Amino acid sequence: MNLNEEVELLKGVPIFSKVEQSKLKLLAFTSERVNFAAGQEVCHQGDPGDTMYVILGGIADVLIDTDKGQIVVAEMQRNSFFGEIAILCDVPRTATIKAREPLATLKITKDMFYRLVAEFPQMAVEIMRELAHRVEDTNQKLRAATRAA
Amino acid sequence: MERSLFAYIWRYSRPEQVVILMLVVLAQVFYFMSLTVPKDVINNGIQGNAFKHHPTIPFLVWELDLSAILPGKVIRFFDGFQVDQLQYLVVMSFIFLAAVIINGLFKKTINTQKGRMGERMLRRLRYELYDRILRFPPAHFRKVKQAELATMIKDEVEPLGGFIGDAYVQPMFLGGQALTAIIFIMLQSWTLGIIVIVLLAAQMVIIPRLRKPVLVLGRLRQISARQLAGRIAETADGVNEIHVHGAANYERADISERLGVIFKIRFDLYQKKFLAKFWNNILSQATPFAIYLVGGYFAITGHMDVGAVVGVLLAYKDLPSPIKELIDWDQQRQDVQIKYEQVIDQFQPEGMMPPDLQAVPEGPPPPLGKELALAGVVVSEDGRVKQLDSVSLVLPTAARCAVIGGASSGKDVLGQVLARQVLPNGGSVKIDGQDFFQIPEYVLGARLAYIGQDTYLFPLSVRDNLLFGLKLRPVVPASYDEAAKLLRDTFWKESERAGNPPLDPNADWVDYELAGATGPADLLPCIVTVLKQVELDEDIYSLGLRGTVDAAARPDLAEKILKARHALHERLKGGAYAGLVEPFDKDHYIRNLSVAENLLFGTAVGKQFDGDNIAADPYVRSVLQATDLDVDLQRMGLSIAETMVELFSGLSPDNPLFEQYSFISADELPNVRLLLQRLGGKGIEAVPEADRTRLMTLPFRYIEARHRLGLIDADMEERILRARRTFAEGLPPSLHDAVEFYDFGRYNSAATLQDNILFGRLVYGQAQAGERIGTLIAEVLAELGLRDSVIDVGLEYNVGVGGKRLPGTQRQKLGIARALIKRPQLVVVNEAVAMFDGRTQDRIRDNILATATEDGRGVVWIANRANQAEPFEQVVVMQGGRIAAQGTPSDLAARGGLYAELMASA
Repeated sequence: MNLNEEVELLKGVPIFSKVEQSKLKLLAFTSERVNFAAGQEVCHQGDPGDTMYVILGGIADVLIDTDKGQIVVAEMQRNSFFGEIAILCDVPRTATIKAREPLATLKITKDMFYRLVAEFPQMAVEIMRELAHRVEDTNQKLRAATRAA
Repeated sequence: MERSLFAYIWRYSRPEQVVILMLVVLAQVFYFMSLTVPKDVINNGIQGNAFKHHPTIPFLVWELDLSAILPGKVIRFFDGFQVDQLQYLVVMSFIFLAAVIINGLFKKTINTQKGRMGERMLRRLRYELYDRILRFPPAHFRKVKQAELATMIKDEVEPLGGFIGDAYVQPMFLGGQALTAIIFIMLQSWTLGIIVIVLLAAQMVIIPRLRKPVLVLGRLRQISARQLAGRIAETADGVNEIHVHGAANYERADISERLGVIFKIRFDLYQKKFLAKFWNNILSQATPFAIYLVGGYFAITGHMDVGAVVGVLLAYKDLPSPIKELIDWDQQRQDVQIKYEQVIDQFQPEGMMPPDLQAVPEGPPPPLGKELALAGVVVSEDGRVKQLDSVSLVLPTAARCAVIGGASSGKDVLGQVLARQVLPNGGSVKIDGQDFFQIPEYVLGARLAYIGQDTYLFPLSVRDNLLFGLKLRPVVPASYDEAAKLLRDTFWKESERAGNPPLDPNADWVDYELAGATGPADLLPCIVTVLKQVELDEDIYSLGLRGTVDAAARPDLAEKILKARHALHERLKGGAYAGLVEPFDKDHYIRNLSVAENLLFGTAVGKQFDGDNIAADPYVRSVLQATDLDVDLQRMGLSIAETMVELFSGLSPDNPLFEQYSFISADELPNVRLLLQRLGGKGIEAVPEADRTRLMTLPFRYIEARHRLGLIDADMEERILRARRTFAEGLPPSLHDAVEFYDFGRYNSAATLQDNILFGRLVYGQAQAGERIGTLIAEVLAELGLRDSVIDVGLEYNVGVGGKRLPGTQRQKLGIARALIKRPQLVVVNEAVAMFDGRTQDRIRDNILATATEDGRGVVWIANRANQAEPFEQVVVMQGGRIAAQGTPSDLAARGGLYAELMASA
């Protein structure tokens, strides 16, 4: 996969969807492509982390530690991203991400992330919008859940 | 040291001075000959005065004229040869030539002798000063600046060398000349003679007085220059502080002020010097003035005949220059005397260590003794605050004892006293009844180790630093072949003449027995053991992997590393590591290497093909032209330039992304953008030749797998491979040494051990590829028993000035290892582990304690945290410079008090 294809993929990622093409290209160029073999862990719950990942291809499982061992709570596919919480709030990884099949990701370091945000404030706005959407989404789910209960 | 430079010179160079003096006297005979022969040549040889009456005259008559004792008595041994005028001319001319040559040879010999003597004395003086530095009391180094010491030994004594050769010869020689002239004048006329003497005396009194301020200023100049050197060194030492605190301009102000003062001193110096010169000239012309006036008057009035006046004038002609030179010599004498005093004043502090404490031991150093006894020890920096206050303590050297206490309890000072780093102001320290401070340094060096809070490392290899404490004496003399031996012998003879010790740094100084080895062959296991104790083995192993080994020097190791390469590649074939490493294959384009590396397919040796040089190299250009690749690479460069301009244009120039990722620097980007604008989308053909060279460097740095611009397709790969082959086949012999090609069957001396084992490149973007391959390499090396050999290579790593190429913790660990490898009878660890994290501190303590217990050796552990004291047999609790309690941990815990308090707070 070359840079232009990666940029096309990034455009499909919600937080980047409104960012200019040339900025996305810079992001792709300056970020590392990391491939994981099936079964390899991308990050482990509880570990400190300072990178976020965008899935460029393949499927990953999201696992949470419980008293009864790890359980799969969700799966992630192309265009999903994860790890942004570790970047923004400096908290340990909140879940374990494991590649179910060979997984291609773009690794964005905390440093790079902040540098890009500082350089292109419009990107920060997009990320805020996306996070707000997520909060809203969660709230809705919560409301639905409480109503159901 | 002698206060007077003259006494110093006389003491050490008397025989040489006498020889030179005799040579000078002898030289006068030939000098006189070279002056008289021309007269004979002109008078007799050319004008033929002696041949007016006889066609021939006897020549080389050898007779003894005794007429002074027995009138008319002349004993003639040889009547001489009869020569005619022409023969005489030829013979006399050759005699003249011979006299000139002999005269020249004398001059040469005298100057060489003087030079050698001066240099010898300079060497002696420098050595003596350096020797004194090694004997300075430790506290003195808190007062002197190292750069000042260095300038004193290096620069300030330098002029002394030139002067020493002339110290005695010059005044005698010049004095003799002047005396002869004066005597001649006195013989002609008493009156004139006295006038000349009076005027000369005036000159010799006045001129030195005028020069006195010059000397004072000279001394000031010397001190201010020395302080400047000290300040510059301070700037270098404290450069981080200067930057962190933004104090650069304050520093500038200080230096500017100093330079101003130096300028003032130097300018005053010039003024005074030229004033003195002016008066010197006037006064030296006052004598002829007096001779003209007085001599003329005598001649006119008939008291003296004209011939005598002219004679006096002629004699006087020879007088001013020796007098002037004598005055100059005197000036120089005072100058160097001051310099000498200035320097030696700085080298005789109070409390210097007597030389015999630093004697070179004859054999293995004796043991330290069984028991250290401190009685009423007081340490006080300024006489008021007592850092240690009457401390009395009996400490068996085999005891394992911890010292705990608060920050100002004096525990660290106690540690320094035990290592003789601090001299007590009162009380006594005895070891088996003998004064601890009178034990020779080598005994202490071999048997007692001390590690403080910070470690100084010498800018040598890790190995040299580690073995530093084992080098107490030359154990095995270096072996030289016949020719080298002769050279070394003369070298040492010369050393002894200059009072330098004939110690050979090339000898093997390492005392292997101290480390528990029998020789260089089995030292490595001892080193590895110690490195493990301080947990430094992993780091040195990594350094080893990044180190290089010359296959010619270590064929055995190169062979083994090749085996590791084969073993690793066997493993890589297994599925677990699939796709992590792209092996070097000369028939494949390596996508994880840059275009330049693909073309070269080897390691660049030297500068020829290194970095960006490859793009401009004429041979590489010719290869690219021959394979029709040059325009395509330029086109690729253009494409990269366009992408870079597109990506980085919006960024501020100081954004670190530029440095990390851009092919084009922030400064260059606007120019490239301009170039692209001018092109307006036209192809590479429109680019001017000069810019093409610049574009050429870009694709060379391009790595397809990393940069992912999709610039290298299968066709391009094929063409670069063709260029690779052309490059290798046509490589002219002169460039064979500039590249070491990748070859699976051969060790590559230019590449690191790791690259040699890997023989490939980690594939970009494979999760944890580096860690996994690192582990695999470690496994392979362990299986082949090569781990220690890699550590051996890592030991060659140069630690840099002050060890700064190693991180602080590794520096400190190396410092501890350096103390432990001696297997000291007693090791004093003075809060030396404080910079490590808590668990590492405890592990290193346990390691040190375990080996010491096993061998029955002693440890004094000055604890940075009180709870470190738990595993020790004895604990000393300190407070306010005094020992507050002492006993086993359980006793102390039972008693409570300060011990319990310290333990609770730790």
